[in-house]
Amino acid sequence: MTQDPSTGLIVSSLEVWRGERRLFGDLSFELHSGQVALITGPNGAGKTTLLRMLAGLSVPFGGDVTWDGTPVQRLAAEPRAAIAYQGHLDGLAKNLTVAENLAFYRALWAGEGAVEPLLDELGLTEFADREVRYLSAGQCRRAGLGCLRLRRASLWLLDEPLTNLDAAGVDVVTGWLQEHTANGGAAVVATHQADRLDGAVAVAVEVEL
Amino acid sequence: MDAFVLVLRRDLKIAFRRWAELATPLLFFVIVASLLPLAMSPEESQLRGAGTGFLWVAALLSSLLALDGLFSNDAQDGTLEQLALSPAPLSVIVLAKTLAHWLVSGVPLIVLAPPLALSFYLPAEALPTLVGALLLATPTLSVLAALGAALTVSLRGGGAIIGLLVLPLTAPVLIFGARATDLAVHGEPTLGPLYLLAALAVLAISLGPLACAAALRVGLE
Repeated sequence: MTQDPSTGLIVSSLEVWRGERRLFGDLSFELHSGQVALITGPNGAGKTTLLRMLAGLSVPFGGDVTWDGTPVQRLAAEPRAAIAYQGHLDGLAKNLTVAENLAFYRALWAGEGAVEPLLDELGLTEFADREVRYLSAGQCRRAGLGCLRLRRASLWLLDEPLTNLDAAGVDVVTGWLQEHTANGGAAVVATHQADRLDGAVAVAVEVEL
Repeated sequence: MDAFVLVLRRDLKIAFRRWAELATPLLFFVIVASLLPLAMSPEESQLRGAGTGFLWVAALLSSLLALDGLFSNDAQDGTLEQLALSPAPLSVIVLAKTLAHWLVSGVPLIVLAPPLALSFYLPAEALPTLVGALLLATPTLSVLAALGAALTVSLRGGGAIIGLLVLPLTAPVLIFGARATDLAVHGEPTLGPLYLLAALAVLAISLGPLACAAALRVGLE
C-alpha cells in the first residue's frame, strides 16, 4: 500500500537540548497509518522530551514535527484530538473515583465507548467507585492507559506504557496496540522493555537515542 | 462550552472531597479577624476605624492561602498535560477552574464578612456596600491568584512565591474595596470605587485566563 507522503507524523532534523547538553541533533523519521515506532535509549537520552515534542507540549529547538502536514504546535482542535499522549503521569485526579476519571476524559475528548466494559477488561471493576488515591501504581497505570480506549485517536504517544504493569496488564496493552494498528492507527512507544513488546507488535520504525 | 461545564463540575467535586483544605483559609480569615480586638483596644471607635482596612487585608490573605492547589495538584497527577492537549481552548478551561475556585473560596468569604464586620462595630447600613464590594473584588483576586499559580506551576512548593508575585498586583482591589466600605461607614456615596472595582473585574476576567493559559503552557514545557 502506498502512502501519501504528507500524511502521518513526520519528524525532520529535530534538535533537542536540555540545559547545556545537546541530547540529539538531527533526528528524522516518518510514521504512517498502521505503523509503530519504538523509541529506545538509556535513561536521560531524551525519550520523554521527544514524546512531549511530538505531542506539541514542548517546542523543538530546531527542526519540525508535523502531523498531516501541519506543525503539531499549531494544530486546530480536530486534528489535535487525533493525537493521544500518555506520559509517565497517568492524568488521574486522586480525589475522583476511577469511573469518574474515565468518564471525565471520555466527555472531554467527546469520545465513544462505554466505561463499564473497559473497567472489566482492565480488571478494575471492583475498584470503579474507589478514589484513585487508594489504588496501586499498576492499577493507576491501567486506568490511565484505559483513557486511550475511550477516544478516537489515530496516533498514540506512549511514554513507558508497560511500567508497573503485571504480565496480564502487558497483554492487555499489547493487544490494544495490535488492534489499534490493525485499524489503521499509528503509535510511538518509548520503552526500556522493548523485549516485552517484541513479537506482539510489529515495529516499523526503530529510533535509538 | 461543554469543556467549561465539565471542568467546573469536576473541580467542584474534587473541592468538596477535600473540604478540609477549603475550610482552612476561611477559618484563617475568621481567626485573624478575631485577633484584631485582642491586639488593639476593643474600644468601639478604634475598632470601627481600623476594622474596614483590616477586614480587607484579611480577606485578601485568605483568598491567596486558598490558591496553592489550583493548578499544582493537576500538574502533579498529569491532568494538566491532558487538559493542555485537549481540543478545548486552555483559557476556557482555566476560566472554569478559576470560577470553581471562586465559588468554593470567594463566596464563603463574602458570606462570612458581614458578621465579622458587625463585630468591628461597622454600621449595618454599610454591610450591603461591603458585600457588593467583595462580590466585585473577589473574582479579580481569584484571577490574579490563578495567574500566580499558573506562573509557579513548575516550581515545587511555590506557595510563598505566589504571594510575593500576586500581593502587589492586588493593591488596586484593596484600595477601591476598602475605600468603598469606608465611604459607606461614613454614610457617603460609594458608587465611584464600586464602578472601578467592576472595571477591574471585567479586565481581569477577560484577559486573565489568556495570560494564565500562556503561563501554563510555558510551565509545562
